[in-house]
Amino acid sequence: MSVALDLDVALFEGLCRLGDSTLVLGHRVSEWCGHAPVLEEDIALANVALDLIGQTQMWLGLAGEVEGKGRDADALAFRRDVWDFRNLLLVERPNGDFGQTLMRQFLFDAWHQPMLKALEGSGDPRIAAIAAKAGREVAYHLERSADLVIRLGDGTAESHTRMQSALDRLWPYTGEMMMADDTDRALAEAGIMPAPDSIRPQWEALVTEVLSEATLKTPDQGFMHKGGKQGTHSEHLGHMLATMQWLQRAYPDATW
Amino acid sequence: MSSEWPLWEIFIRGQHGLNHRHVGSLHAPDAEMAVKHARDVYTRRNEGVSIWVVPSNAITASSPSEKGPLFEPSNAKVYRHPTFFDIPDEVGKM
Repeated sequence: MSVALDLDVALFEGLCRLGDSTLVLGHRVSEWCGHAPVLEEDIALANVALDLIGQTQMWLGLAGEVEGKGRDADALAFRRDVWDFRNLLLVERPNGDFGQTLMRQFLFDAWHQPMLKALEGSGDPRIAAIAAKAGREVAYHLERSADLVIRLGDGTAESHTRMQSALDRLWPYTGEMMMADDTDRALAEAGIMPAPDSIRPQWEALVTEVLSEATLKTPDQGFMHKGGKQGTHSEHLGHMLATMQWLQRAYPDATW
Repeated sequence: MSSEWPLWEIFIRGQHGLNHRHVGSLHAPDAEMAVKHARDVYTRRNEGVSIWVVPSNAITASSPSEKGPLFEPSNAKVYRHPTFFDIPDEVGKM
């Protein structure tokens, strides 16, 4: 009995980690709407953002169901405070320039795609179904972000410098994707989600291949930030949530 | 930046069996990116199963000033239009 209860708690946590990461990245990418360097990229970024928000609805919707306290995806997205968020630190990094936004997207996509592939084999059919649906969208995200990282890395001197500096800046936030804690281990043992470390070989292979084609220098492994998955965030997330949640906070349950 | 990228004409095939149709144009640095942009700009609402991109400067267009000589003569040749047949109702829309 207590084991089953613990697993539900772990499952809720695990689903929030997935859903919060897609939510926060989706919101970050949507901040480009109307500001991207060219119209075509503006629409492409908005599409990616919308895909991620759609996936958020599925992950957080399921999280609310598992929790069983009557919270739906909206309640989880708009009525939790910063310490309740379980997203990776990488996705809350500010957009910076277009190069930083793209590099962040690529480093995340390169993890997201194999992660969803593994989740398709989840022992929980609800998770497998969401992963299969999201996987088709993310395959395109990865194709696009990898392609642009290569083009800009292997582009002009200016674009190369910007991409290298984006990579160096974001690299210390990549380790968290592959770090396991008790929640991850419980879910992996139960066959519900893959062990974070099991994604590393595919992530590294993808990242190494793309960065070398982009003529970018992969930083040394070095110090890695952690804590996002447990609710310890950088100062940036609170500011982002203030914008994102403002309407539901000021006018709860507003409809129009 | 946008002004430095060449213009591409985009053709989308809505479903199998139909022709590719011109849907608009966009800017992209090369053909591969033009396909990606076309996917993002013109197939967001499930419009297509296939995309063609063509450099706009590869298209030779008829000149608007020659509209008269080019097209008006056929106006007078009503016998080329199959308007003299009674079409049975059951044939439906043609």
